[in-house]
Amino acid sequence: MAKITFPVEATHIMMFARSIGDTNPVYHDAEAAKKSEAGGIIAPPSFAQAVAQFDPEYHLRPKPGQKWFGSAKGPSGIEGKPASSGGLHAEQHYEYIRPLRPGDVLTAETNPGKVWERESKRAGKLTFRERVTEYRDQNGELVMIARGVGVTTERPVDQG
Amino acid sequence: MALKASALKVGDTHSECVVENLSRTQIVQYAGVSGDYNPLHTDEVYTTQVAGYPSVFAHGMLTMGLTSKMLTNYVGDGRLTKFGVRFTNQVWPGDTLQSIATVEAIREEGGQHLVDLKLSTVNQDGKEVVSGSATARIDA
Repeated sequence: MAKITFPVEATHIMMFARSIGDTNPVYHDAEAAKKSEAGGIIAPPSFAQAVAQFDPEYHLRPKPGQKWFGSAKGPSGIEGKPASSGGLHAEQHYEYIRPLRPGDVLTAETNPGKVWERESKRAGKLTFRERVTEYRDQNGELVMIARGVGVTTERPVDQG
Repeated sequence: MALKASALKVGDTHSECVVENLSRTQIVQYAGVSGDYNPLHTDEVYTTQVAGYPSVFAHGMLTMGLTSKMLTNYVGDGRLTKFGVRFTNQVWPGDTLQSIATVEAIREEGGQHLVDLKLSTVNQDGKEVVSGSATARIDA
């Protein structure tokens, strides 16, 4: 898989913290953050999920000139597509070597991991796929490892 | 404020309400900033009519982010060495979530004091939506 360059920016961190309702000044107030134990603004623990913004091919972002599967005039912009529950996120794990900071320019390299299947009463056959992403900084130092597990279900998850 | 190994014991807990009456707009906020525009999270028409769910639902990663807020409020900033979760149930608009961390172990590794935590986030019906674990550096 191609490497993605991920510049970490203060505004992006501020917006990310807002979206999770985290008012901790260490995510948005440079002066307060400087006086804190962190010594400056850092990114929240799950911020690296926003690496998707820097993947030119990311499949869950609408792109000009391409049909989008969400609704527009009709319930889906792709005609004749069978109803699908799509993929869901099953697990996410991070190992931190150091916090991410504004000014970091990370390189993210993702490799496929294990694949396994399981039967479930609520959604039929489940297929799990692991992806492991290593994040290195501008000096080539490993700063974080992310391991995500996605699941595709045979049918939408029963809410009963 | 950092946690101190000398003041912690196995079984100690910290809990917070991390979101009350989750709005669709907050889910949109998360979609915008994370870049995950899967219509399952923001597009009620697609999600109910095509995907077959009762309504849009939160990104698992939004729930992880909400859980992380409780976690960093407890252990301090920049102190995590590990943080992992499983998404056990979906989170829906209108949900109110409580996150709890429970001390599982206090240990020392190469002169560094560490705390291992068990994490759980539950909705207003007591149903667990996230289960997980974390390790953080603490003071002596």
